[in-house]
Amino acid sequence: MTQAQPTSPTPAGTLPPPLLDVRDLHVEFHTRDGVARAVNGVSYGVEAGETLAVLGESGSGKSVTAQAVMGILDMPPGRITGGEIHFEGQNLLALSPEERRKIRGARMAMIFQDALSSLNPVLSVGYQLGEMFRVHRRASRKEAHAKAVELMDRVRIPAAQARANDYPHQFSGGMRQRIMVAMALALEPRLIIADEPTTALDVTVQAQVMELLADLQREYRMGLILITHDLGVVADVADKIAVMYAGRIVETAPVRELYRAPAHPYTRGLLDSIPRLDQKGQQLDAIKGLPPSLLSIPPGCSFHPRCPMARPVCRTDEPPLYDVGPGRASACHFWKELLDAP
Amino acid sequence: MPVGRYVIRRLLQMIPVFIGTTFLIFVMVYAVGDPVNAMFGDRAPDPATAAQLRAEFNLDKPVWQQYLLYMGHIFTGDFGNAFNGQPVTELMGTAFPITLRLAVIAIVFEVIVGIVLGVVTGLRRGRPVDSSVLMLTLVVISVPTFVTGTLAQYLLGVKWGWIQPAVSPEAPADELILPGLVLALLSLAYVTRLTRTSIAENSRADYVRTALAKGLPRSRVTVRHLLRNSLIPVVTFLGTDVGNLMAGALVTERIFNIQGVGFQLWQGIVRQNSPTVVGFVTILVIVFLLANLFVDLLYAVLDPRIRYA
Amino acid sequence: MAERAPGDAPVAGEPPAVGGGGGATDLASSEGEELEPGPGTSGPVPGDRPRSLWSDAWHDLRRNPVFIVSGLLILFLVVISLWPSLIATRNPLSCQLDKSLDPAAPGHWFGFDTQGCDVYTRVVYGARTSVTVGVCSTLGVALAGSVLGGLAGFFGGWWDALLSRLTDIFFGIPIMLGGLVFLSMTGSRSVWTVVAFIVLLGWPQIARIARGAVISAKQNDYVQAARALGAGNYRMLVRHILPNAVAPVIVTATIALGTYIALEATLSYLGVGLQPPTVSWGADISDASQGMQFRNAPHILLYPAAALSLTVLAFIMLGDAVRDALDPKLR
Repeated sequence: MTQAQPTSPTPAGTLPPPLLDVRDLHVEFHTRDGVARAVNGVSYGVEAGETLAVLGESGSGKSVTAQAVMGILDMPPGRITGGEIHFEGQNLLALSPEERRKIRGARMAMIFQDALSSLNPVLSVGYQLGEMFRVHRRASRKEAHAKAVELMDRVRIPAAQARANDYPHQFSGGMRQRIMVAMALALEPRLIIADEPTTALDVTVQAQVMELLADLQREYRMGLILITHDLGVVADVADKIAVMYAGRIVETAPVRELYRAPAHPYTRGLLDSIPRLDQKGQQLDAIKGLPPSLLSIPPGCSFHPRCPMARPVCRTDEPPLYDVGPGRASACHFWKELLDAP
Repeated sequence: MPVGRYVIRRLLQMIPVFIGTTFLIFVMVYAVGDPVNAMFGDRAPDPATAAQLRAEFNLDKPVWQQYLLYMGHIFTGDFGNAFNGQPVTELMGTAFPITLRLAVIAIVFEVIVGIVLGVVTGLRRGRPVDSSVLMLTLVVISVPTFVTGTLAQYLLGVKWGWIQPAVSPEAPADELILPGLVLALLSLAYVTRLTRTSIAENSRADYVRTALAKGLPRSRVTVRHLLRNSLIPVVTFLGTDVGNLMAGALVTERIFNIQGVGFQLWQGIVRQNSPTVVGFVTILVIVFLLANLFVDLLYAVLDPRIRYA
Repeated sequence: MAERAPGDAPVAGEPPAVGGGGGATDLASSEGEELEPGPGTSGPVPGDRPRSLWSDAWHDLRRNPVFIVSGLLILFLVVISLWPSLIATRNPLSCQLDKSLDPAAPGHWFGFDTQGCDVYTRVVYGARTSVTVGVCSTLGVALAGSVLGGLAGFFGGWWDALLSRLTDIFFGIPIMLGGLVFLSMTGSRSVWTVVAFIVLLGWPQIARIARGAVISAKQNDYVQAARALGAGNYRMLVRHILPNAVAPVIVTATIALGTYIALEATLSYLGVGLQPPTVSWGADISDASQGMQFRNAPHILLYPAAALSLTVLAFIMLGDAVRDALDPKLR
């Protein structure tokens, strides 16, 4: 493995490199039934202090991309077959596993969906939090424990000192998720990836956890990638959105603009399918059909079998990401039509 | 203190089980068979003598009463007399340490080799190491202990003369190594497979993914996170394994002429001596129940979720 | 045939394993939990029909060489158990003492044992004994265990408490020990005596599994839904719970079959199992080991031992293959 490149000095007048810059990433899985192309040329970026929401259904490749960025993909059967992942100026894919490990947890961290199964059931919460310091900062057991209690306080867990010796199953769902947040924050990373952090929680608890995350992000000026399929959560928290489908990004836009005027039929379909109070008595608008199996992605535009606007060219030509405006892109041949329509 | 409460609860649960099990044994022996007839072997008993013996052994009373009388005796340490006139307790006293030595050797071997093999194959599923070990465990499980024991005794004891084919009456530990290995084989195969499955399952668990995402080195993840969780079912298995070991000890002691509990029990059966049989089996059952209790406690120590259930 | 309902718990007879995300929006395993999207997520797979657990399992089994080999072997064993005369024309009990310990001769391919009986014939007839004991014990244990354990799991309450205590009590006696005690007291022991005994002490193992499987199946949402729709107990049990609870029982029972064959052999070896005229491999091995007679006539030990080991191996391999096919966690 090559030596990690030092971050290139930025000439005066140019912007510093983005915190995270994923370029044209391709990930495949070799399964018994064939090759599943989970990520097909995904590119996105996040700046410090910015929140990027990655939206998509199950099977869209959003989690796989995140795991590739973190470096925790199961390497057989998974394989990164192309692209680059630049973090703080370094290409992560060019680093040795040991170098990547040092970055993981310390400079970039991840929060998972189900805190009960994501925390080790037989180790105390204090131990699992303290581990970060023991491994990355060579802290002693006492120091690590003290830090763990501090962290638990920071994420507003009551009676932290006493509860640090408790086990994950002794906490409520919301508190467990906060512990996961604490674990991610422990070493003050520059980037946090939250993979559906609130999906398994009640709505009220959801709001609390998201608020906590937002507060901490502001405090530490971290980049946050929020992976979700819930459009409601996104509206409050994100700065920009990337919509994924069948392993590709089909639209990116700043939050307000996406909700106001989507430039891709899939996004449009997602927004239309949200039940609204003034729709009482009418049928819900769902998108017809199901997402394709990643073992056999339709040719041309991968959305064409379900698209209300599909034309013959959609079956044959895969749409590139057309430039729609500042900070906006859409992978639809007919994005203009969509934007012009009421 | 939750752990203490758990212990008490388990102990209390054990009591009805103990009563039920010993009663079951008692019923099997005294209600199904006729010990007095058995004592006479092939000869038909003289009715008067038979009636006298029956009265002496309380055999004319209803079964449950006999049981209570027997239990009463047991609690005063009176298990009756064996075929050679010796009190059963004395026979047990000489036989028990021998079997204990044998069992300890078997358990140490089974646990160490079994877990190591299980971890190695669990982490390398599908590779050649895994397939060959898996095949080996299958073969070991399929060949009954009495076959491996007989073959081992013959090859190593007689043909190649590496060891003494029969163990001397005092049964020192070094002579018990081969029999201990033979005894351990079956359980070892099970431990390996169980550990392997447990490790393979747990390595795909979410908390392992989290541990990796925290940037912990693989070694730490394997030892502190994976192993601790994976060994829980193995520990539970070791409790029931004590039963397997008892059965295996019967066979092994017979083959190698080890004068342990199994051997004496078998003598008792051959000579149709009910006090020996019932006495030894009762004690073995107690040992089995205690072993399971111990394992349950260990389980509670390892898995905090149980403690607070 | 049971369909795999949405949000199904793994059919392994234990509470849902780690990684069970709450996402009710996902049709199959949520992407966040498995590292690979894998087939089984939404969308048509090329050349596909709806797949239930059973057709999936059969599909896997057919391709599994272990299953094929063990299956064929077992088929062979069953056939010669039912019609031993197909490959063994002589009588296993007609022995000529003057031929004692003679080596193989034309028509007597495995030689003669200590009594002068034809080893080959005895090995073939021994198969009938072992297979009968194995199959009948397993059927008995599976039936008794499933009914008792399943009903206890389904109805709960004091039924369940009673059964659990009963299970604990029977579990307290290791089968071999119980066998020694019980069988040594019974006078004449036939195959059915041994089978009855194994069922008597073996049912708790299956009962525990059945109970766990039923309880786990009961917790599924579709069971609640069926109840809400007015399904009675019988319908619930048979149509909804049974198909999902039966898999772990099948797996355990198949593996137990192999162990029961080994158990009978060990009991016969110790002299408390089957008696002549029933032909038992265990008894023959015991005879052969007397004073190490096999030293000069290895065939009297090797053939029955090999036959026994192969038979047990076949059933255990079958059990392994069935478990791999039916256990979703190992996919």
